[in-house]
Amino acid sequence: MLRPSSSIPRRGRGPLWRDPAVRALATQVILLIALVAVIGLLIHNTLVNLEARGINTGFGFLDGRAGFPISQTLIQYTSDSTYGRTFAVGLLNTLLVSVLGIVAATLIGFLVGIARLSPNWLLARLAACYVELFRNIPLLLQILFWYFAVLRSLPSPRQSISMFDAFFFNVRGMVMPAPETQPAFVAVWVALLVAIVATVGLVIYGRRRQAATGRALPVGWIGTMLIIGLPIVAYFVTGRPLNWSVPELGGFNFRGGMHVLPELLALWLALSIYTAAFIAEIVRSGIQSVPGGQTEAARSLSLPGGLTLRRIVLPQAMRVIIPQITSQYLNLTKNSSLATAIGYPDLVAVFAGTTLNQTGQAIEIIAMTMAVYLIISLVISLLMNIYNARVALRER
Amino acid sequence: MGTYKSALMTLAAGTTLAFTLTHAAQAATLDDVKSRGQLRCGVSDGLPGFSNPDADGTWQGIDVETCRAVAAAVLDDPEKVAFSPLTAKERFTALQSGEVDMLSRNTTWTASRDNSMGLNFTGVNFYDGQGFMIRKDLGINSATELDGASVCVAAGTTTELNLADYFRANDMEYQAVSFDESSQTAAGFDSGRCDVLTSDSSQLAALRLQLSEPDSVKILPERISKEPLGPVVRQGDDQWFDIVKWTLFAMINAEELGVNSDNVDQMRDNPPNPNVARLLGQDGNFGQQMGLTNDWAYRIISEVGNYGEVYADTVGANSPLGIERGINALWNDGGIMYAPPVR
Repeated sequence: MLRPSSSIPRRGRGPLWRDPAVRALATQVILLIALVAVIGLLIHNTLVNLEARGINTGFGFLDGRAGFPISQTLIQYTSDSTYGRTFAVGLLNTLLVSVLGIVAATLIGFLVGIARLSPNWLLARLAACYVELFRNIPLLLQILFWYFAVLRSLPSPRQSISMFDAFFFNVRGMVMPAPETQPAFVAVWVALLVAIVATVGLVIYGRRRQAATGRALPVGWIGTMLIIGLPIVAYFVTGRPLNWSVPELGGFNFRGGMHVLPELLALWLALSIYTAAFIAEIVRSGIQSVPGGQTEAARSLSLPGGLTLRRIVLPQAMRVIIPQITSQYLNLTKNSSLATAIGYPDLVAVFAGTTLNQTGQAIEIIAMTMAVYLIISLVISLLMNIYNARVALRER
Repeated sequence: MGTYKSALMTLAAGTTLAFTLTHAAQAATLDDVKSRGQLRCGVSDGLPGFSNPDADGTWQGIDVETCRAVAAAVLDDPEKVAFSPLTAKERFTALQSGEVDMLSRNTTWTASRDNSMGLNFTGVNFYDGQGFMIRKDLGINSATELDGASVCVAAGTTTELNLADYFRANDMEYQAVSFDESSQTAAGFDSGRCDVLTSDSSQLAALRLQLSEPDSVKILPERISKEPLGPVVRQGDDQWFDIVKWTLFAMINAEELGVNSDNVDQMRDNPPNPNVARLLGQDGNFGQQMGLTNDWAYRIISEVGNYGEVYADTVGANSPLGIERGINALWNDGGIMYAPPVR
């Protein structure tokens, strides 16, 4: 709101409409009322017309029986489940491919980005080729390429490509052994938790010791051994409470084991590889934005190369990298809706697609779907902003 | 790329629905079509025999001919039709939002579609039933042996719902593989992504022609559902509803009365009986009652043909599909095709 600056003497008594503060307030209130009225009119008009045309409205359909199956469900779902459940299944499938994609794209992106700056000529050129190739081909084409050209050319289930008789690759995706835990397996989780808590404690102790005595503790090694070792010890002490459900060919398909859909694999590969090309460029530019003097200063203190990268270069590069990587994560999540092109059952395919078609309630369903993408994007932004605030330059 | 575009279209249609619905609900579709000089008709995105562009890009099929018949009745020119290819998922939103004037897209008439979506089914131009197609070398002879199979199916169809019901009723398990377009389901079946392809049996016959080896597959004998397919219009415009309904009835009546595109001129000039005279506008004012001219049915039959001719040319004996008339024969010829009389 506009307020007269305190340095300007306030006008004496005058008519109310001459007062800038009152005028500004009045304009804004009128605008707000007009906006609300227009939106209200739009909603009212739509509802009246939907009613006149005999189209169902409201969110009651979410309790109706869906009646159709979904090929990948992370939670219990049958064709008897409700449309509300369909929404949850689609949402989880979207989140699954987004999270898998973000993790893989970040790993590949950092590796390629650092490789582009490598003094090794071949490595740097290969990384450059990767970036130029994958960021310049439209994502939809890449998804179709992985799905139709690569995964569709795999053999039928009976002629599966087998690795160690446990992993099978065929045109219906990947089948692998699935862990089946017994009750006593809880001990392994507890051991893992204890190890993580102990490692965190160790890190804090290590920092204090270094601050007090100047000697560093090999926290990395001890922590790794704790986190891997303790659960293994617990596993054997409790009598190996874990079975593997090994897939076996029976009838039409493999039975038992864990099935990974080719649609998921294709979408995951395409999203990670495409986004990684952008992340690689962001990482490269981030590292190059750190002045060379920083590295030289670190060398003159005889810090080793790895430590220079980890402690001097990357923390400064992160300030450039994080905001840009955030938008790549957002892009990846939104791009996952291209799943519908290859039949991966994401939110857009099962909810904004099939459910919309079966119920005919386009407005409610499209509104819910848009709201979900908005919320996912805002949550990712929030998390990345929190992380960014931690690595940002602290001005003293 | 069809699916990407189609996903965008669904989204666009869905979001614009809110705004287009703010127009008057009781628009007279007949006046719109006449003033535009063109009928906008929603058809399938490529299903041989029903609606599929031929080598020259001209749409062909039984559903396409229904659109042309309406154009002939209303605009006196069967070519004044703009065809909108729609996926199963897009079709209802496209009709609801007014993007098309009518839908003639092998759409199954069901209670919920007729009653809760603001739509009206005008009749049935093809009686169908859902079946299964499978590779011969698997040695399966009945749908009851399909336990554990992967099944390709088009998303957002009654087929998808019937499939779930059938496997549950027979206590069998299956893995559904859903695609947006029927051509994608056929491609998935062809590449071995699924063991079984399920759809309306007429569609199976059509999709079979798209496979790399059509002779290596067979259609199982079971028909697991009733699929009456017919044209659809928006609810709330009774005049337009009547025109589309009676266009189909005129074609069926013409076949029953022996009127076809070859003899229609002669029949009009010398009607052999009062029924033919009424149908072809020589007696009464049945066309005017619908807001058309009285030679409406004459134009349909001379420009498009009667139901039997259209059937034979698109899905029947004269077409690559070669589907027998079966229950789609006239009621007095062993089938259930029956139209109310023009009088």
